[in-house]
Amino acid sequence: MNYDDLLQTSMRELLAQHPYIEDFLTSFGLQVTPVERTLQAYLDDLDPDTLEDLGVDAEQLRDGLREFIDGMLALADPMERVQSLTILGGRDKSGRGEDLELTLRPGEVTCIVGPTGSGKSRLLADIEWVAQGDTPTGRRILINDEVPDGKWRFSTEYKLVAQLSQNMNFVMDLSAEEFVTMHAESRLVDEPEQKVALILERANQLAGETFLPDTPVTSLSGGQSRALMIADMAILSKSPIVLIDEIENAGIDRKKALELLVREEKIVLMATHDPILALMGDRRLVVQNGGIAKVIVSSRAERKNLATLEALDNRLLALRNRIRLGETLEEV
Amino acid sequence: MRFLTVSGPPSSGKTSVILRVIEALQARQKRIGVVKFDCLLTEDDQRYAKKGVLVKKGLSGALCPDHYFVSNIEACVTWGHENDCEYLISESAGLCNRCSPHIQEITAICVIDNLSGTNTPRKIGPMLKSADIVVITKGDIVSQAEREVFASRVKQVNPGAVIMHVNGITGQGAFELTSLFEKASDIETLKGRKLRFSMPAALCSYCLGETRIGEEYQTGNVRKMDME
Repeated sequence: MNYDDLLQTSMRELLAQHPYIEDFLTSFGLQVTPVERTLQAYLDDLDPDTLEDLGVDAEQLRDGLREFIDGMLALADPMERVQSLTILGGRDKSGRGEDLELTLRPGEVTCIVGPTGSGKSRLLADIEWVAQGDTPTGRRILINDEVPDGKWRFSTEYKLVAQLSQNMNFVMDLSAEEFVTMHAESRLVDEPEQKVALILERANQLAGETFLPDTPVTSLSGGQSRALMIADMAILSKSPIVLIDEIENAGIDRKKALELLVREEKIVLMATHDPILALMGDRRLVVQNGGIAKVIVSSRAERKNLATLEALDNRLLALRNRIRLGETLEEV
Repeated sequence: MRFLTVSGPPSSGKTSVILRVIEALQARQKRIGVVKFDCLLTEDDQRYAKKGVLVKKGLSGALCPDHYFVSNIEACVTWGHENDCEYLISESAGLCNRCSPHIQEITAICVIDNLSGTNTPRKIGPMLKSADIVVITKGDIVSQAEREVFASRVKQVNPGAVIMHVNGITGQGAFELTSLFEKASDIETLKGRKLRFSMPAALCSYCLGETRIGEEYQTGNVRKMDME
């Protein structure tokens, strides 16, 4: 099925089978009705004066529709699987070479540590841009051991990286369910209702306090918002790589959150200085002066300490809960 | 001289995005000029001047801003050329959503922000729909899901454009956008070029200063709403 086939299809059949075509045409202010006429005839009959009022010309509309349909058909295709992402070292801010060839695979969690201004954001940007020696660091990124196709840079269908930023506000006035549904529709997933229900269920498992499908997104707590976004990212996002800028230790089960992303076979990169999250990772990249100075693989001794840290953390959490319940902390 | 038109709704972050690109171009020792178009007042020319770029300000006042743009842009390009600019960037706001400063074969950029609402891409005309590059800003203050929904709405109205996320405050994405500026076409003059899309017309009594309301005062190109 391609654009030329669709041109010879009746509007009635098209609108039923490819509802996104209606969205496309109405977004230009055009009217569509499910009639027996073909798409070709519909386009041929558009009145040039009407089009001029709408700020579009016939040729631009056709070209746009062709590209849009191609994009939508690509979105329905399963995405080429990313089995590995390789970072080939470049240089730091003083021009000193990074001696590095690091391969990340789905299901692995890599932490990025280093002071503000050390170059963490540039490293994440190099990955997102699939750098080919053309960024200030000179790094190169390979996907599945090959120099990747340009589509990873520019196309919205093949976005390599989904990003969970630290500030998170919702600006849409929708309920949690409507919000996730809107996202699912924009990604053209199969069985959207089922996916939406699953996301809400997972988000509630991650969030300390549960919320309902009809809770407005704007009244979710910080922890609930993060839980919802992590579940949404894990289940809905096609992007094989997830960048996380710190998961604050409030109102969300961070361990379960990471497990969810790992289970969905994401390559997880996380900028964090939290000792527990750092030890949950498979390795840590130490960024200094714009370069990756060191790669630390979590040792067995470190992993053993994770249990101690978690016990400490749980004690603090228990104290938090007592404060929430109006108790005093004369004895801790 | 490479020339690019940058447009976008008011307060979408055009100046901040351009400033971040200018920083990246200056790191490559490029000489840059900016023409800032606005209606009543702008202090953005000072922000540009502070960066050490050559800047020209054009205020349209009582004229339609985009008609003012198209009547002046050729002279601006000549000005940039005479001042040995390697890059000339024009910045103008699309105020009525139906106008657009984009010129055929000249790299056209539209800046639009994530906070403007998911229906906004539909409401903006040729300024967005005929742009080569759409820059989406303010991504750091919304969620990933909202960024994806917004980008898909932009894609819907301009499927052929390169869509980029740039943060005008931190500069995230500006380096990548700059690499596209470097591919802009190299020109000497705009003589003989055409706009990508015609501008909205008026030419009625109100264009000539009429203020009275009523059928008898309306002459020229007047259109009536259907009240049935």
